[in-house]
Amino acid sequence: MQAFWACSLFTRGGMAVNVIEVKKLSKVYDNKTAVDGADFAVRRGEIFGFLGPNGAGKTTTINMLTGLARISSGQVRIMGQDYSSGVKKAQHLMGVVPDESNLYEEMDGFENLTFCAALYGMERKMREKRARELLEMFGLAQAGQKPFKAYSKGMKRKLTIAAGIIHQPEILFLDEPTTGIDVASARQIRKLVGDLNQGGTSIFLTTHYMEEAERLCHRLAFIVEGRIIRLGRTEKLMQEAQKENIVQFAFQGDGKKLQQLEERLPGVNRVEQMNESTARIYSSEAVDLVSLVDIFRENGFSLFEARVIRPSLEEVFVNITGIEHGRHGSGWAGAVAEEEVEIQ
Amino acid sequence: MKTWIAFWNILRKDMRNYYLKPPNISWGIIFPLSWTLMFFLRSPVAVEVRDLLPGVMALSILFGTTSMLAVTITFERKQRSFERLLMAPISLNLLMLAKTGGAVLFGVANAFIPVLFASFLTDLSGVRWGPVFGGVFLIAVTSTFLGLFIAVAVKEVFEAQTFSNFFRFPMVFLCGLFIPVQDLPAILQPLSYILPLTYGADILKMAVNGDGHLSMVFSFSLLLIFSALLFGLSTNRINQKWIS
Repeated sequence: MQAFWACSLFTRGGMAVNVIEVKKLSKVYDNKTAVDGADFAVRRGEIFGFLGPNGAGKTTTINMLTGLARISSGQVRIMGQDYSSGVKKAQHLMGVVPDESNLYEEMDGFENLTFCAALYGMERKMREKRARELLEMFGLAQAGQKPFKAYSKGMKRKLTIAAGIIHQPEILFLDEPTTGIDVASARQIRKLVGDLNQGGTSIFLTTHYMEEAERLCHRLAFIVEGRIIRLGRTEKLMQEAQKENIVQFAFQGDGKKLQQLEERLPGVNRVEQMNESTARIYSSEAVDLVSLVDIFRENGFSLFEARVIRPSLEEVFVNITGIEHGRHGSGWAGAVAEEEVEIQ
Repeated sequence: MKTWIAFWNILRKDMRNYYLKPPNISWGIIFPLSWTLMFFLRSPVAVEVRDLLPGVMALSILFGTTSMLAVTITFERKQRSFERLLMAPISLNLLMLAKTGGAVLFGVANAFIPVLFASFLTDLSGVRWGPVFGGVFLIAVTSTFLGLFIAVAVKEVFEAQTFSNFFRFPMVFLCGLFIPVQDLPAILQPLSYILPLTYGADILKMAVNGDGHLSMVFSFSLLLIFSALLFGLSTNRINQKWIS
């Protein structure tokens, strides 16, 4: 264990680069393993996405890291300090936004925020000032005196996030922050999350929205049946998922002749017609769009649009978790990005 | 970190959100009044207010604290707002003391409403107020911790209410509030002595009328032991069950 910390804790200017480091973290409930030997680190200033299907162990992991569940085995280091025996003494460093807004229904927005600030020992003047600032920042200044129960779902989420950051934590845990709210509120929340991260807050995010994870997260971990099966930088995972180059194009011409083009296009594995005016080219090599347009023209086709299709994170997720095929984690099983797991 | 700020604000929030709501204040007034009137109306012989006072005080505390705490904690767990408290950087013991502090204060306040009424109806001279305050406080503490014990055992708000009654109603009859423990059937008397309220009621009887049958030191000691035991058992269960 000494060796692990000695090699894993990389510091820069006396500050831990990793705000959270987890090694072989496990949780066993009634002989059922909910989290099985998880290894990961959340780096200072990043948004770390923790993705997985329902019941994969995401919330259990958050609960262990925030003190709502006891750690069965493994090591947890927060801001460079070992908290493997319990995170109570690190709770002042964390802000937690649970998957359901859990503020006090009878209290108004301002009271809820000042109460949450008091839980972290903030003085009255300071907590009132901070509550006003956050209400303003989250666009809730007009609703500050309204009881929480009168808030819309989106407003409730925003106030819950505000409550999570009132004490300016180093690490913010966001458990599905945009689930069940309208598009406009979700966009606002994503922007707020981005702004918070720009302001220096390290964020541990779980979400079911792949587009959200793709847009916000610097790195991702996929957890399935309690095991982290893949971990890496978001763009790297996306690249790895792209086994073929795909170009989609809109055309005008005889669709039946499309198959004949396969042989004339260098490196093309197959051409698939999607509908009467759209088709896709699947190629093992990078496709030169200029040559492509020329070949199509020579064969009597008019091309209106051609674009390179990249796999969405959803496809990456399905591929990694194997969730669509009823298998779990076979996509890249055994291929956990080791350089990522080995912290620093 | 200034943990007293967290402690005080949890206690203040509970007082404002739960205990100082109009329905609870009216309950605190109506409940002892109804019990006292019931004895006046039902008793074939003249009833001395002063004789009734210790029982009514103990009853007001018991009913004011036990279910209130059990219900509020179960309600907060159901709403998941209790998780927010568990994730705050204060120790579990301090958190639970803050949560129970509001109920204890509410129980103490409830106890003195019958005293206020009684002061208009009878002469309260000769009452030993020191032991009265001590007894009231410890009855409030043990009853509140009993509520906490119940809260840890249930999941739903209605269960908290039902389970509270399971303990409270037998205590009304077994703890010597209105029927002296010595007058109970011999088979029931051991039950009386395992209930903390028996000792609290005896302190109040001794302090108000001088007619308790146990030594005050013994009763105070047992109430302190009951308090420590109930609190310890409850926090231990919270640690085991809620931070599993």
